[in-house]
Amino acid sequence: MKRIVAAVIAIFLLGVFMLIAVQLPFGRPSYSDMDDYFLRHGQEETGANNICTAVVFDYRGFDTLGEASVLFSAVVTTGLIFRRLERGD
Amino acid sequence: MQLSRIVRTAADILYPFILIFGLYIVIHGHLTPGGGFQGGAVIATGSVLLLVAFRYSELTGDLRKGWMKIFESGGLLLFIGTALAALLVGGVFFFNWLANTGSLFGIPVAFGPNPGEIYTAGVIPVMNLAVGIEVWGGLSLIVMYMMGDLEEGGERS
Repeated sequence: MKRIVAAVIAIFLLGVFMLIAVQLPFGRPSYSDMDDYFLRHGQEETGANNICTAVVFDYRGFDTLGEASVLFSAVVTTGLIFRRLERGD
Repeated sequence: MQLSRIVRTAADILYPFILIFGLYIVIHGHLTPGGGFQGGAVIATGSVLLLVAFRYSELTGDLRKGWMKIFESGGLLLFIGTALAALLVGGVFFFNWLANTGSLFGIPVAFGPNPGEIYTAGVIPVMNLAVGIEVWGGLSLIVMYMMGDLEEGGERS
């Protein structure tokens, strides 16, 4: 009985999620001025041939700082959890 | 218990090549696909390979927890410091103050596809290097903490 209920709930949830996923407008808006600006002015403004890196480290540098902070806090948390199990060093 | 001689020798031979490949990805981050995060992760796999093949107590030199802590914190500080240095030269936070100045990393590039020059892109290579060092230290440190637990548990030692 439990298994049947679980299966029904799983199928229901799968259907709901699939319904939502199908209705999502994917790839729209297909054109935005931001892409065009990065492609046209990225090289002369940042001097980087790799526009992805130019966006990540120059235009959106603040987000990258947050990303680095996430890694830092992950390491600090790991050290906090495992601190009693190490000896010396 | 320790791993076989084949594994240890192969790890010894592979380690410098993994380091060189990771450093290539980090340093050429502004020219080719890749960057600080990806290259740092590749270098960290080299460290993890040594940690798996050898025991932590056997590793000497720069693969200790203390050095990795310094690398991680130092990389993050260098990253923030590079961003803050833009305030000193009259820009805003994260302003690319080295690009197109003609000095270090300041060679202007032409528009369109070109082979690329490594001394371009201003502060982006510096930040790539900083993030690469930070990711290397961070990921290695996570694995070192967990492997330290494994050794103290008596399962491998």
